Amino acid sequence: MADAFNFELVSPERLLLSEKVTEVVIPATLGEMTVLANHAPTMTTIKPGVVTVKLASGQDSKYVVFGGFADILPTGCTVLAESALPLSDVTRETLQARIEAAQADAGAATDHEHKTKLEQYLAELTNLNGAILPA
Amino acid sequence: MPSLKDLKNRIASVKATQKITKAMKMVAAAKLRRAQEAAEAARPYAERMNKVLASLSAANAGNAEAPLLLSGTGKDQVHLLVVATGERGLAGGFNSSIIRLAREHALKLLAQGKTVKILTVGRKGNDILRRTFKENIVDYVTFREVKQLSFANADDVARRVLELYSKGEFDVATLFFARFQSVIAQVATAQQIIPAKFDDAEAANGSAALYEYEPSEEEILEDLLPRNVAVQIFRALLENNASFYGAQMSAMDNATRNAGEMINKLTLSYNRQRQAQITKELIEIISGAEAL
Repeated sequence: MADAFNFELVSPERLLLSEKVTEVVIPATLGEMTVLANHAPTMTTIKPGVVTVKLASGQDSKYVVFGGFADILPTGCTVLAESALPLSDVTRETLQARIEAAQADAGAATDHEHKTKLEQYLAELTNLNGAILPA
Repeated sequence: MPSLKDLKNRIASVKATQKITKAMKMVAAAKLRRAQEAAEAARPYAERMNKVLASLSAANAGNAEAPLLLSGTGKDQVHLLVVATGERGLAGGFNSSIIRLAREHALKLLAQGKTVKILTVGRKGNDILRRTFKENIVDYVTFREVKQLSFANADDVARRVLELYSKGEFDVATLFFARFQSVIAQVATAQQIIPAKFDDAEAANGSAALYEYEPSEEEILEDLLPRNVAVQIFRALLENNASFYGAQMSAMDNATRNAGEMINKLTLSYNRQRQAQITKELIEIISGAEAL
């Protein structure tokens, strides 16, 4: 049995989860990473994706996050998501709405660097769409 | 002297008003609870964000290449005032206290020869500030149609602010809102959001040096600072919302009480006059009988 640590998932609107967990998979910008207890202190940005949490009780729970960052300490891990939802609450429509909003943003962006960023975000969203809701 | 019928009408109308204010008070109380919960739910995020940014900015303090949002443009000539007020009135001094603070601030800056630009959030503030600072208002956001404030609303405001900033339209941004202290006390507050200011005490506790950053520290900082603006605005909007309902609740409570007093007074004079009339009629009857 792996050591448990504190995990918190917060969005600007509310605290979604605050539990003892043994393992968390975070979609970091530079690739997915799994956090276990006693991880070195790390700060990373995250991309749209699925956060998989293994609770100390043995259950799994999944959340979809849309960008943000994670603050990892040996004693705990906090994910500050721009927006987050339990996976079960995500529907094709909500994702589609976000993709369309992102498309509109990318189309309106004039600054080149900004546009690249938005396009990347869009690609990640589309990717996510295919991954969690296979046609 | 108003006639009996006039008095009766007035009593009825004051009673109707009292019913309305009482209902508004109860609605405000129910909404206040929701608004307060929302404000509390948003707190952990803002606190975390602040802590992380405080340690990051402390680490970047001497860095000449730090993002503009942190270090500022180096000037302090053009000021942007983001004034957040309510969409509706009937909330006691809520709107006027925020506006008064903003106006004093603006006049002070103008007296110093600075340029003032105003972005109003909420219909009330816009209507009132438009009278005195018509040329200064650069943008206006309303949440009239919004039922439940979400982060997306704050993000929208933040985006407008950031866009202005990236175009070099202003140097310093200050946010005006009412901080919710309790149901009876809401404090109009000015908070500087650009360049960002953090608690140094928090930074001292941060173990910034030990962190590994992925990607680089600068990139994270660049990503976080605009988000922080949105978070600060979101927090202000939520606090404002709670303050609005708090102010409305106490204002409506006062109004209900005043209406009650008024009804008592009117009823008293109504009864007195009725009694006087009865007495008068009696005297007429008696004197009529005696004359026979």
